[in-house]
Amino acid sequence: MSTEHALLTAHEASALLAAGKLSSAELVGSVLSRIGRLEPKVHAFIKVTPEAAMEKAHESDRRRAAGKSRGPLDGVPIALKDNLCTKGVETTCASRILKGFIPPYDATVVRRLDEAGAVAVGKANMDEFAFGSSTENSAFGPSRNPWDLSRVPGGSSGGSAAAVAADFCLGALGSDTGGSIRQPAALTGTVGLKPTYGRVSRYGLVAFASSLDQIGPLAKDVTDAALIQEAIEGFDGKDSTSVKLSGPPLTQALGKPVKGMKFGVAKEWLDPGLDAGVRASFDGACSSLARLGLERVEVSIPRQEYALPVYYLVGPAEASSNLARFDGVRYGPRAPGANIIEMYKKTRSEGFGAEAKRRIILGTFVLSAGYYDAYYLRALKARTALRQDFQDALAKCDFLLSPATPTPAFRIGEKADDPLAMYLSDIYTVSVNLVGLPALVLPCAFSREGLPIGVQLIGKAFDEATLFSAAHAYEREAGLAGRKPKLDG
Amino acid sequence: MALTKKEVEALAHLARLNLTGEELERFGGQLEAILGYVERLNGLDLSGVEPTTHVQPVTDRVREDRPEQGLTPADVAANAADFKAGSVRVPKILEESDE
Repeated sequence: MSTEHALLTAHEASALLAAGKLSSAELVGSVLSRIGRLEPKVHAFIKVTPEAAMEKAHESDRRRAAGKSRGPLDGVPIALKDNLCTKGVETTCASRILKGFIPPYDATVVRRLDEAGAVAVGKANMDEFAFGSSTENSAFGPSRNPWDLSRVPGGSSGGSAAAVAADFCLGALGSDTGGSIRQPAALTGTVGLKPTYGRVSRYGLVAFASSLDQIGPLAKDVTDAALIQEAIEGFDGKDSTSVKLSGPPLTQALGKPVKGMKFGVAKEWLDPGLDAGVRASFDGACSSLARLGLERVEVSIPRQEYALPVYYLVGPAEASSNLARFDGVRYGPRAPGANIIEMYKKTRSEGFGAEAKRRIILGTFVLSAGYYDAYYLRALKARTALRQDFQDALAKCDFLLSPATPTPAFRIGEKADDPLAMYLSDIYTVSVNLVGLPALVLPCAFSREGLPIGVQLIGKAFDEATLFSAAHAYEREAGLAGRKPKLDG
Repeated sequence: MALTKKEVEALAHLARLNLTGEELERFGGQLEAILGYVERLNGLDLSGVEPTTHVQPVTDRVREDRPEQGLTPADVAANAADFKAGSVRVPKILEESDE
């Protein structure tokens, strides 16, 4: 079976489907065939669901034949990060402690994509419970970067990003707590969006840090990201932190004129120690935007250097609380114990990986009596200060522009023994989650070794439209969309 | 800040984790490094700053008190390791209160 259909973008496939030149069965079949051949090299998935996918594809074709197509994503294959509950389909969060867990319900975003007619092809690999920046913390083995299989695809949504980059789907969902959509997008040359906190329902997302988590798209280009985002966002009564949205559909922002927009660059992001290739690519992005008629504004985020310390206090604190529920009682494997405490300890110790244990202990420490004020409370105050800095900076421009990651993809194993070194790869992404703003990452350049380098646009709260307009224009100017890694042979 | 082995053990107990001797050493060292890093927050003047627990000014989101369809006992039973007569069964709960 020809696999070329798998190489299409979602919007290209959508046009062909609408014109009757392609069926969903052919499209999904093409994707599954490609997965069959190349997935062993990449390991983007924890589970592929080919029978269910083909059934949905046929349903889509029947709908279309009856004139009842559900819209641009109808019949389009997508991958779902394995921390999103899928009814009847095992959901593990890449952890042994959830092996065998079959959710009795769909996450809201899963349901919305299904209602849009999208076809789920599998559950994507990730760092266990989203703790990580490389997907090496998966209990089921790391995923590999399709651009260089000896390197990481980033994390924690590394499987989702790898699946998109390898054309194992025409789009994916990931989650982002400190950069887990955006950093893998940067390392795999894909487009990733972390929406404004509250824009996308978290119902059915296994929580890491409830005040930071957001679900978002990973896609082959900016248009596809907008299509997926449009399908999943919006108020949900089941998520008490979700917000009623107003304004036109996001796809209308694509192609809007950007001349005269202002983009802010914070001097704190351009450390002299920044990787030369990343710096050069960032400067290139600034030049491209200038050529498009945007104006660069110098801004400052004076307390940017405190973002990582705040994140590694707030994140683990919330995670330690959220992970208390994994105790062998209601779901997941249970280790035997003479009494309940023994059962909890054995179950959790056998079920959690090292990074999960590390973060739980760190979180327990910062929340414990005697240390709460000195660490956790201080971090919450610093979070307020950081929010103020971002508000002040964004008052001077329409969006901020920053590098996405300090380096291109690193090698598998390179940072695995040094948790702190791993944490430092989130330096450009964590502040955004702390302040709740939206941010989009898209390809900016390729390094000398042929590895993708991304650039990040950070917007005002609920102003994803500006991000999509600017990113769409920049993407055209940069001319990188459509470049593919060499996976065959 | 240095964490003694005993302190890490105490934290592990609070978090309901068993750590091996090797893990206690390894985590102790790694946590020390991480805490050393986050302690740079001490350099920040935060007097008079209110903490942010949540980026949105939304509180007390409530809905109408109308019964809705939730999970069924069968749903719960399907994932529980030990389910009998409508209840999830667990090992004996300690009688003494925990430290």
